[in-house]
Amino acid sequence: MENNKEKVTSLPFFGIPKLLPFMKKYRATLILMVICGLISTVMDILLPQFQGYALNNYITTGQLDGFHWFILAYIVGIIVSASSFFCSAANAMRVEVSVNRDLRNAAFEHLQTLSFSYFNQNSVGYIHARVMSDTSRIGSLVSWTMMDSVWHFSYLIGAVIVMLMLNARLALMVITILPLIVILFSLFQKKLIRINREVREINSKITSNFNEGITGAKTIKSLVIEDKIQNDFVEDTSAMRRKSVRAAHLRGLFAATMNMASSMALAIVLWKGGYLAAEEVGTFSMFMSYAQGMMEPVRWLIDAISDVITTQVNIERLMRLIETKSDVTDTPEVIEKYGDSFEPKRENWEDIKGDIEFRDVSFKYPDGDEYVLEHFNLKIPFGSNIAIVGETGAGKSTLINLVCRFFEPTDGQVLIDGRDARERSQLWLHSAIGYVLQTPHLFSGTIRENLLYGNPNATQEEIDRALKLVSADNVIAHLEHGLDSDVGEGGDLLSTGEKQLISFARAILADPRILVLDEATASVDTITEQRIQSAIDTIISGRTSLVVAHRLSTIRNADLILVVRDGKIIEQGNHEQLLEKKGHYYNLYTRQYEDEATGALLAGQV
Amino acid sequence: MWRFLKGSKSFFVVSMLTTALAALMDMLTPQIVRMAMDNVVGTTDTTYADWIMALVNKLGGFAYLREHLWILAAAVAVVALVKVIAQYAFRLSNTMGTETLVKTMRDTLFGHIEHLPFSWHMQNRTGDIIQRCTSDIDTTRNFVSEQMTNLLRILILLVLSMIFMMSMNVPLTLIALAPMPVIILYSVLFHNKLHKGFQACDESEGKLSAMAQENLTGVRVVRAFGRERYEKDRFENHNEEYTGLWVKLGRLMASFWASSDVLSGIQVMLVVVFGAVMCVRNQMTAGSYIAFLSYNGMLVWPIRQLGRMISEMSKAGVAIDRIRYIMESPVEQDKPEAVCPDLTGDICFEHVDFAYENSPHILHDINFTMKAGTTLGILGGTGSGKSTMMLLLDRMYDLPAENGRITIGGVDIADMKAEHLRSNIGMVLQEPFLFSRSLKDNIGITDDGLTLSDIREAAKAACLDEAIEGFTKGYDTFVGERGVTLSGGQKQRAAIARMLTQKTPIMIFDDSLSAVDTETDAKIRKALEKRFGSASIILISHRITTLSKADQIIVLDRGRIAEMGTHDELKSAGGIYQRIYEIQSPSMKEVAQ
Repeated sequence: MENNKEKVTSLPFFGIPKLLPFMKKYRATLILMVICGLISTVMDILLPQFQGYALNNYITTGQLDGFHWFILAYIVGIIVSASSFFCSAANAMRVEVSVNRDLRNAAFEHLQTLSFSYFNQNSVGYIHARVMSDTSRIGSLVSWTMMDSVWHFSYLIGAVIVMLMLNARLALMVITILPLIVILFSLFQKKLIRINREVREINSKITSNFNEGITGAKTIKSLVIEDKIQNDFVEDTSAMRRKSVRAAHLRGLFAATMNMASSMALAIVLWKGGYLAAEEVGTFSMFMSYAQGMMEPVRWLIDAISDVITTQVNIERLMRLIETKSDVTDTPEVIEKYGDSFEPKRENWEDIKGDIEFRDVSFKYPDGDEYVLEHFNLKIPFGSNIAIVGETGAGKSTLINLVCRFFEPTDGQVLIDGRDARERSQLWLHSAIGYVLQTPHLFSGTIRENLLYGNPNATQEEIDRALKLVSADNVIAHLEHGLDSDVGEGGDLLSTGEKQLISFARAILADPRILVLDEATASVDTITEQRIQSAIDTIISGRTSLVVAHRLSTIRNADLILVVRDGKIIEQGNHEQLLEKKGHYYNLYTRQYEDEATGALLAGQV
Repeated sequence: MWRFLKGSKSFFVVSMLTTALAALMDMLTPQIVRMAMDNVVGTTDTTYADWIMALVNKLGGFAYLREHLWILAAAVAVVALVKVIAQYAFRLSNTMGTETLVKTMRDTLFGHIEHLPFSWHMQNRTGDIIQRCTSDIDTTRNFVSEQMTNLLRILILLVLSMIFMMSMNVPLTLIALAPMPVIILYSVLFHNKLHKGFQACDESEGKLSAMAQENLTGVRVVRAFGRERYEKDRFENHNEEYTGLWVKLGRLMASFWASSDVLSGIQVMLVVVFGAVMCVRNQMTAGSYIAFLSYNGMLVWPIRQLGRMISEMSKAGVAIDRIRYIMESPVEQDKPEAVCPDLTGDICFEHVDFAYENSPHILHDINFTMKAGTTLGILGGTGSGKSTMMLLLDRMYDLPAENGRITIGGVDIADMKAEHLRSNIGMVLQEPFLFSRSLKDNIGITDDGLTLSDIREAAKAACLDEAIEGFTKGYDTFVGERGVTLSGGQKQRAAIARMLTQKTPIMIFDDSLSAVDTETDAKIRKALEKRFGSASIILISHRITTLSKADQIIVLDRGRIAEMGTHDELKSAGGIYQRIYEIQSPSMKEVAQ
């Protein structure tokens, strides 16, 4: 199912052209950032000149004429340097976070329109990482990496030019070191990236070891394998130590080479340029500071290049998300008339009645190769209750996916009120459908916010009525802040049963013509169980409903029962007809009956 | 906490010595340059320490050096070489020390956690413990490898350059040092402020990230309610807020960098200006001036870092405290005279009462004897206390002495070695935990000596062999996150196979076939019966067919024994058992319809 294999195809120019549309908006800021960056570099090059100037003009000559001008110029220099730096850094930061924001928004918005096959093929964690972490890597690439490159490249060029101007022969000698350094650094860099990745991998393995050792504590204890598990753990920490030391060894060599190079530059200046000191002590001192200062920018530039190369993966993955086409899209004509998911044209929407018809529908999942429905025909007139039964994993949600247009039929049509669902917009259909999941999904926030999710315009009375209908009013009454109590992340502050009831109330508030319900199998206490039971009876009445059913009462009361096995509908009919058959339904039903009756007896209910 | 330093102390000593050596070498280069300028190329008579003068004289005096400038260049190169070697040695020993320390910490912590009592695991949230074991250790690691050594290095640098600077010019040194406290203080204050900004950003990022996560996990709800627009607006609003925080923080950081640039720029300027004045007044030589500026340059950057270090040190303190909480929790301990008796005897619960901490009683006066080698069936609803009974038998929780006794072969399990007890009790849970290893390693996890055929035999008995052979990698198939996801029934069967390899005299099946379909259930039970031999078996189940063959059946109702007897006795005793038996018997199913 997972489509997480990283196929890194090289993008032209490391994928940067794909980012241009996102950078365009910040052209002015970027230009300002670069200009200020250049000024600040020039100041960085100029400031050491003050030393040299002092040596040449005051110390060598032994007089202090115009010294106050010198001090003033120095102070101005410091201030210009700092303010240009401030300007470029603050703008770089602004560009970074703004580009991040835009990329995240673009990815998020696109995700709202992608079809379910995308979500089935990619895990939540994978998609989440694209939206949150890839974007931030890219933001820092277009701001800081660019800024750093500008700074250091211009510093390097500036330093070389100044040195050439001061003494061309000596400068050329110093510069010969550069290509050597570049080659050495690049070699190190490659190895460092690899070993750092290895260290990260083993580190995350250790984290998951901790996870397993703690969540599996009960099992580890009862199997008495504490020592074995720990020995395996020690093996991983030893590997971690080995790899880290190796990484440090590489980094140490890298730093040593770098320091040695800048000392060599100094040695060359001393050896070949020492005579300069006799004539122009200031020039000599400046020369030394540039020669030594040249190595740092080289290192930064190489870092920047490797940044660009590694970020390419992030750009590629994010762009692949943004460029993924949805399997389920509205045609331009439909959007023209009904609007899209973000800008609906409600004034053109027809009222929905709630008839559903499958007409000669064949369907296979985009990532599957077997048809799960073939020439399937079924009319569901408004107000009928359809129960879908089958074992876990039998493929009960297929029909629901088709009715909700989460997927579209491979062949044939799904008709809503007699017209092909594709002739109206997705939002039109979704606005008329209520959906209750097996594992109720609440959003962080208050209960009220969650209820309003179904209908943002619901009044207080409507809310109260909905809560009462599903007997969720008791739940609210017990909470300190009532409707405004926080439900926690994913609703975790509520019990499973409570979440279930709230999600029923949410569906009722939406007052949908069509209700889709996936009954929960999770065990709840008997009182809640009864409440849920009666809530289900309440909400499905007066609507067209499709229920993935587990409870006997829901199943028995359905107008039509569809029995699913291995992804296919193998039996259909009402309860009596199906029992008569003594087929798969008969087995499922009797087993469910045993379990429910036993459970009820043990709970002291009968 | 000091015990963690065992094995890494010597590395840290070496790293301190080498970093001092490197700093010393840093100090020498400006002296060579100074000599070149003043005495060799120039003609000033600066005097140096006796040993340097002796060395120079031996080489042939300054005049000779003037003709052979390469000697000075070579000196620079040699000093640099010594320095980089010292730096390399420092990095290596520092990493070795840190990594050894971190390894010791992780190993000790992991081992400690594994040996903490089960009740401790129940009381502490998993996420919290994991955070202590990962990010708190990382914080400590950073402190040791970065902050501590950096602090040391800065102090050494500070002291050494002060000595060298003092030796050249005392008044100028004082001028150079005067702004330092201001710079440090400023930096500390600013970093505290930045820290708060970072926290706000982290929090906001957490919220944004949770929002994205919820949208993705709830994608069906979003679509079904047609709330794409709302989600998009909500995300964008928060994204804007988060971005705003960063822009603010970015401006704060930039202004900190810029302003401390000004501060340290002024400090350098003071030295340049006053130094120049002193040179002009012949209180200082040009060579000393340059050397002095070099020393000063070495100080400015580290001093600015000092502020960050000081403000971050408090974080390490918190992390160490959090780790200490785990280390100071007492591990499971057997009584000093604990024994390892034979566990093939009768299992006896004597008037057992039990309650979890701060909770109502879950078991009331449980009293029964189970003969060795027999099978006990337990029937009970959710919360009836059946699983708690098994946890007590396995001593996952200790039974307080006044709450009754559990004995095996007449010996109180409280007097036994826990390890001995547990390795003689095999237990399969309803939701078994498998390790992220291969299936082979999972089934054979209790004994490295097991061969593949032993493992296959166990898997066959658990009706899992066929399914495993169906996987492309067979028994080497990886389970969990990085491998295949097993169905609930497959997991249960794997856990049964795992228990079978243990060949324990006591076996517990806690509702462990609930996710297996009826036919497979029957098949497994048949296969198991053959393997049980003389073992004592405890079966917890809702299915009468599973329980009916037991020698003795207990019906638990809200922590009390409601009925006890054989299937034949109970099926007509008129209690809960009879009624359930009737529901589940084939003839009754017809009636139910």
